[in-house]
Amino acid sequence: MKPAAALRERFANWALRGRPPEPVPIRLTQRRVYVLPTRAGLAFAAALLVMLLASINYSLSLGHALVFLLAGLGVVAIVHTFRNLVGLSVATGRADPVFAGDTAHFALLLQAEGERRRIRVLVPGISRTEVDIAAGATRETLVGLPATRRGWFALPRVTLETSYPLGLVRGWSYVAPAMHCLVYPRPADHAPPLPGAAGIAGGRLRDSRGSDDFAGLRGHQPADPPRHVAWKTAARLDSSAPLMTKQFAGAGSETVWVDWDAVPGAPDGEARLSILARWLLDAAGRGEAWGLRLPGTTLPPAAGEGHLHACLKALALHEAG
Amino acid sequence: MKLASSSLDAAQSWWLLAAGGVALLPLAPYLPAWLIATAVAAMLLRAWLIRSRDPVPARWILSLTVVPAVIGVVTQYRTPFGQTPGVALLVILLALKQLESGDRRDAFVIILLCYFLLLSSLFYSQSIPSALGLVAALAVTTAALAAVSDSGQAPARLLRLAGLMLAQSLPLALLLFILFPRVAGPLWGLPRDAFGAQSGLSDMMAPGSIGSLALSDAMAFRAKFDGPLPRRDQLYWRGPVLTLFDGTVWRPSSFGLARRLPYAPPLPSTRYEVTLEPHNRPWLFALDFPTDLPPGALMASDYQLLSTSPVTERRRYEVRSQTNLVPGAGESPHVLRLATTLPPGNPRTRALAQTWRSARRGDVAILAQALAFFKGQHLAYTLEPPPLGADGVDEFLFQTRRGFCEHFASAFVFAIRAAGVPARVVTGYQGGELNAIDGYLEVRQSDAHAWAEVWLAGRGWVRIDPTAASYPQRIDRNLAAAMPAGEPLPLLLRPDWAWLRDMRQRWDAVTNRWNQWVLGYNPQRQRDLLGRLGMKSPDWRSMAWTLAASSSLVLAALSGWALYRRRRLDPAQRQWLRMTARLARRGLPQRPWEGATDYARRVGALRPDLAHVLAEIADLYTCIRYGRGDAAVLANLCSRVAAFRP
Repeated sequence: MKPAAALRERFANWALRGRPPEPVPIRLTQRRVYVLPTRAGLAFAAALLVMLLASINYSLSLGHALVFLLAGLGVVAIVHTFRNLVGLSVATGRADPVFAGDTAHFALLLQAEGERRRIRVLVPGISRTEVDIAAGATRETLVGLPATRRGWFALPRVTLETSYPLGLVRGWSYVAPAMHCLVYPRPADHAPPLPGAAGIAGGRLRDSRGSDDFAGLRGHQPADPPRHVAWKTAARLDSSAPLMTKQFAGAGSETVWVDWDAVPGAPDGEARLSILARWLLDAAGRGEAWGLRLPGTTLPPAAGEGHLHACLKALALHEAG
Repeated sequence: MKLASSSLDAAQSWWLLAAGGVALLPLAPYLPAWLIATAVAAMLLRAWLIRSRDPVPARWILSLTVVPAVIGVVTQYRTPFGQTPGVALLVILLALKQLESGDRRDAFVIILLCYFLLLSSLFYSQSIPSALGLVAALAVTTAALAAVSDSGQAPARLLRLAGLMLAQSLPLALLLFILFPRVAGPLWGLPRDAFGAQSGLSDMMAPGSIGSLALSDAMAFRAKFDGPLPRRDQLYWRGPVLTLFDGTVWRPSSFGLARRLPYAPPLPSTRYEVTLEPHNRPWLFALDFPTDLPPGALMASDYQLLSTSPVTERRRYEVRSQTNLVPGAGESPHVLRLATTLPPGNPRTRALAQTWRSARRGDVAILAQALAFFKGQHLAYTLEPPPLGADGVDEFLFQTRRGFCEHFASAFVFAIRAAGVPARVVTGYQGGELNAIDGYLEVRQSDAHAWAEVWLAGRGWVRIDPTAASYPQRIDRNLAAAMPAGEPLPLLLRPDWAWLRDMRQRWDAVTNRWNQWVLGYNPQRQRDLLGRLGMKSPDWRSMAWTLAASSSLVLAALSGWALYRRRRLDPAQRQWLRMTARLARRGLPQRPWEGATDYARRVGALRPDLAHVLAEIADLYTCIRYGRGDAAVLANLCSRVAAFRP
């Protein structure tokens, strides 16, 4: 790490003073907003110095006045930049789960108190977004970070900075809100076929038709896909009667188990989770119920989006031995 | 997502063009036309490129354009160095940078160049209108700077922001202006062209040289007298003394310089302060004859007051004068010999002078005869004298008989010398106009004058004004009074423009204030002012302390502004809060979780007398806040709340 970067890191750590993760909403108070001139600001100051020397040399009294007015402008620019950041509130929004290797999007809600703000939200070296927030409005901004490892991905320290209005001064503040994104294991690109379903040759071809053969009705559960609701039955019955869900029995109607121990060759933990993730996606693609067996965890068979996410979450958080 | 810094959008490019334009405008009158035309052409090209969304020319084309432009500047001024060539080069740089401008960095360079050009425009003019123009240009440039870092803002908003920021920087600028320790310049050598030709007297006199000044309203200097103003016919402000004559042109002879007066200064004398406009010559003007020397002044052996260096900036000095003094009783024979030397020519005048001489009644009698002759000759005082030939004095006295003060002085001195009496021409200013507003005597270029000095044995150099002999009005009043009707006159000297003169006097008083306090705010003035404001021994250290303390106050005020945010309440809410505040004072505050209707019901139960009106107010309030309340409903609410007295 370069000395400058190391220094910046130490400063950021000092600035946050063991606060992270912070409870939201975070309001940027004057104590946590820092300002320094930008490179343009330094050039501006140097130019003013030259202009002052010229004014002295040529005894230009009005030149003095011009230089002093511009110097005042520089100071006022500091105050404006500071004002642009102070009083901003940061709250956390959604962070939808992603697969490892994809980009995790953390939604931050920035609320401008008072007047319009123009802010850059950045994670140094990774993500940089310009946000324009109207007076009194709340804007959502997405911080996109590459998710590399499965599990809970905590939002790192985020820098909010601005050089509004003149670009001569940079004001910034660090926030570290408690915010996590769930990262699922990356589905293996080349996975062995899903056992259970794999017992039937070419099972995949029949996947889409598997749900065509009607098998019976059962009580509706909120997680059931709407197209499986027995609407005709519902229309016939009294409106107070409970909805029913159609059950189908395809060729692969037997419950599929996505099983930790069924992974052929028993690769090491991460690779095995990767294969399991692929299997889960395969199973969900078949539209049938499946169950998940992990060492120490078993999710009973079910179908649907919610179950898929529950299973993937179990994989993501699995303590691989 | 990369920073959107790489290229500027159209609005930003327009702003940069505008900034360049306002920076160029005040310089236009002082730079060669081809240069301004080139810059304008480059900027028009840029405007066209922005409109048509064409790419800017390649960098190498621009580099090729720089070369002829720089050569042009060097050819024009014969040097790339110096003040005006430097400004010219900056202008070229700005114009071509406009064509190149691609990213934010370029834009920032353009803005800095604009600031430099605005400063350099002050080399040429620091008047009040220029200062106002400067402020306007600064607003545009600052708005452009804001546009560069924040695109997509409406121009009006950017200008308002720039105006706000400039207004906020004003207190700090004022403190710095007053308290920043001033250093007397120059810090290093000034280029030779630092101060261009300024109109004013010259150190030679040919026919027409003073007449050319007579139409100029430009200020030469201002004088503030401690006591009453001396009589008008004593107001002779001495300039260059001209002894050598070649038949057409009068020039000064060599003279000695001394740090003390060459005559015994008598008492009492008149004290006054002169504020001299820069004229790039070492001459200081004082009434004949000064009885003390201001600091940094020398006196020539011909009694002209001189500065040790050319007066290149407005200069104030205090001096005393005694108008009745006649110096030079013991003048050196060399000077007297030079003062009687004549070139050949002008036989008629010589013959006339011989007749005065041959009367043998002494120099004073010769003088009287000469003056009588001048009066009897009915010479016309005019700003448009006919051109004169080789025997100029003869032609003026006997043929054309029309001339301005230099003709009168020249002919008179010639005639007196021809009669054998030492005489010389003195140029300077005569009279001046008292500004009724601020009490300053204003001496303008149109007050330039030439008169004669005659040396009389036993007395010294006696001032004779041949113009006054023929035209006493010139001295008693002014040029306008002496001129026959229909002669061209400076606008302000025309009698029928009295109201304009009054306005001009007011404006001059303001300008004088500006000159004295803003432009003339030098180390001396600063010490005086700070001393008067109660600062004991205002040295740079105490100034720095005061500056630090007072600017921290300003900064604190600015930070307060930055942190303070007005709570934006809608009018209905404001009315509601007014009412609840009144009830809170009676011990019935609205609870944080309580809605308007619930609150009204609860308080109504406790205070049945208020129940009805409270319910009404709560209804109106909820109607506006949550329903569809129009202005009439709001007005109703306002009146109810105003009448609400729990």
